[in-house]
Amino acid sequence: MALRVKALESLMVEKGLVDPAALDAIVDHFEHKVGPRNGARVVAKAWSDPAYKARLMEDATSAIAELGYAGGQGDHMVVVENTPTVHNLVVCTLCSCYPWPVLGLPPVWYKSAPYRSRAVIDPRGVIGEFGVKLPDEVEVRVWDSTAEIRYLVLPERPAGREGLSEDELAALVTRNGMIGTARL
Amino acid sequence: MTAPDPLTLPRLPRNAEGPVFAEPWQAQAFALALQLYAQGCFAWTEWAEALSRRLTAAGPDDDGARYYEHWLATLEDLVTAKQLAAGAELAARKEAWADAYRRTAHGRPVEL
Repeated sequence: MALRVKALESLMVEKGLVDPAALDAIVDHFEHKVGPRNGARVVAKAWSDPAYKARLMEDATSAIAELGYAGGQGDHMVVVENTPTVHNLVVCTLCSCYPWPVLGLPPVWYKSAPYRSRAVIDPRGVIGEFGVKLPDEVEVRVWDSTAEIRYLVLPERPAGREGLSEDELAALVTRNGMIGTARL
Repeated sequence: MTAPDPLTLPRLPRNAEGPVFAEPWQAQAFALALQLYAQGCFAWTEWAEALSRRLTAAGPDDDGARYYEHWLATLEDLVTAKQLAAGAELAARKEAWADAYRRTAHGRPVEL
């Protein structure tokens, strides 16, 4: 694998299509600067600031960019909100489209064939395997990400946590909560 | 004595939720795709379709562990389809690097 990558990279550099320094910058960015903490900050701000939440639900791409997290693949972000009666689950059935700027790179299970197929066929069962028992009256909505649209789940704000700062709220938000395989 | 936990070893890339790339080549392959996209070599929808074909071909039991192998194969698919490089050219270059590794003394930078 390493040799195949090296072959590809050296040819692309020679042909002037790729700048080695830019490659290093991309790797550094994904290793150190993006990750689910970005998404957690978006969620915490939406919980604390109703005006921000309204902008987020109206135009997630712009609202997320307000916090400095911008996409790179021309994709649009859509935020779907969990409520006492609706639970949202995100998948990419075709490949593994994922909101990198807010969640970093996807976990292995998100990229697996069983998750990609079963999340659509049996979302309740899949969520159950993550240890979440959804009450029967809660409707499950599944969102299939594409190269153009990436989804982020806005979890319900945990009850009894009034008076917390945005940073404290952000610490409560998990990656799986923003994919929909966890409830907070 | 217990074996060291690979997740606690230094210099393995990771974020708050765990390792990002398991091996350096995965990070390089990932960055190459983004950079070629940024250069306008392909549209991101083309990338998603090509990756989807590779993942579909991998079958229903694919557990995600070989994800970056599929990613790299997709990259080769697109680079050859877009005639950025020929398949034979890639294979020859790979052999050249293999030779370079074999003849380079340990600790020296590997060069073609």
